[in-house]
Amino acid sequence: LALYFHSGEREEKCIIEDIPSDILVMGNYKVQRWDTHKQDFLESAPGLGMFVTVTSPSADVLLSKLYGPQGTFSFTSELSGEHIICLQSNSTRFVAFAGSKLRIHLDIRVGEHFLDESVVQAKDKVNEVNIRLEHIIEQIHHVTKEQNYEREREEKFRKTSEETNSNILWWAIVQTLILISVGIWQIKSLRDFFISKKLV
Amino acid sequence: MPLRGFRAAGPWGWLPPLLLVAVAACAARASEITFELPDNAKQCFYEEIAQGTKCTLEFQVVITGGHYDVDCRLEDPDGIVLYKEMKKQYDSFTFTASRNGTYKFCFSNEFSTFTHKTVYFDFQVGEDPPLFPSENRVTALTQMESACVSIHEALKSVIDYQTHFRLREAQGRSRAEDLNTRVAYWSIGEAIILLVVSIGQVFLLKSFFSDKRTTATRVGS
Repeated sequence: LALYFHSGEREEKCIIEDIPSDILVMGNYKVQRWDTHKQDFLESAPGLGMFVTVTSPSADVLLSKLYGPQGTFSFTSELSGEHIICLQSNSTRFVAFAGSKLRIHLDIRVGEHFLDESVVQAKDKVNEVNIRLEHIIEQIHHVTKEQNYEREREEKFRKTSEETNSNILWWAIVQTLILISVGIWQIKSLRDFFISKKLV
Repeated sequence: MPLRGFRAAGPWGWLPPLLLVAVAACAARASEITFELPDNAKQCFYEEIAQGTKCTLEFQVVITGGHYDVDCRLEDPDGIVLYKEMKKQYDSFTFTASRNGTYKFCFSNEFSTFTHKTVYFDFQVGEDPPLFPSENRVTALTQMESACVSIHEALKSVIDYQTHFRLREAQGRSRAEDLNTRVAYWSIGEAIILLVVSIGQVFLLKSFFSDKRTTATRVGS
């Protein structure tokens, strides 16, 4: 687990994954706590856990579990859209505890596919190429799913642009009509007013 | 262990990387994360890199409330700044690690007071391990294997382009939605102002004339 970042004790850190539907996402994390005595991050912190919450694009919670200081979580997206993965520690210490922070190692894999370990060990050339080809096919399916999702999004984009266009046109017409009608009303009203005041 | 995120390319999940541990000098890793950077905030990421590894950092601002830019800064274990750019929307930086240690890169939104931004970055460490390790064979790659290798390379670039396209489309779409709401609100506001000002003008004018009339009669008499 290579990439890591720091966070406060009770701080919630979220990452966003914009993915098509029916995609398996796997996450791997490891959390370490800062020890002020040793001035370093502890290798293992007993009792330290992380709440992992996954929210779907329709604001449903797909996953909400407490894991230990090191864990793996996974979920399959039902809807296509922005899924938010949030990590928060279950630490009950006060935030005012100065110098306390967490180091979170994180690795997220989208569309990972597992391979039967026993098949991997095949020394037979044909089988090896077979395995590679199967993986390539899986990956092409993943590309196709992403492209379908991209098509949906582009359609939404186009609709928004067309809506803006018609909005501008419609409101310009409405404003011109208001301008003309209010102008006529102004002149009429003032003329009637002056006539009644015997100024005209 | 040389593992690659499926998203970033490479169809090889957990497979022969297990066999390749002995062969690969450096682990090939890719981490890509999309996160939200709140206003006035700075978010740093650290990665341990071995000497001589070729690494690439690529980032893009996806969705924002204001200008599409962040500050980015990459430092080596000694604190020497390898890459520093202010207010950049998208950039890609390749470097070779000159020494072992923890490299740090930070994204900063500290110059902005009220717009939070969504930033995507892709940090790639090391090269991909060869597809067909030479330890397993004595003959050259067969046609099937070279076909596999070329398909693999092509798929890697397809996925790369796909990610770029996805990000640019998200950026364009967010701008379009922003524009739409702005046009709607501004038009409604303008129509209301138009009505209020015109009607107000007439009543104001009428009120001027009623005052003058009383003074005129007083002067007359």
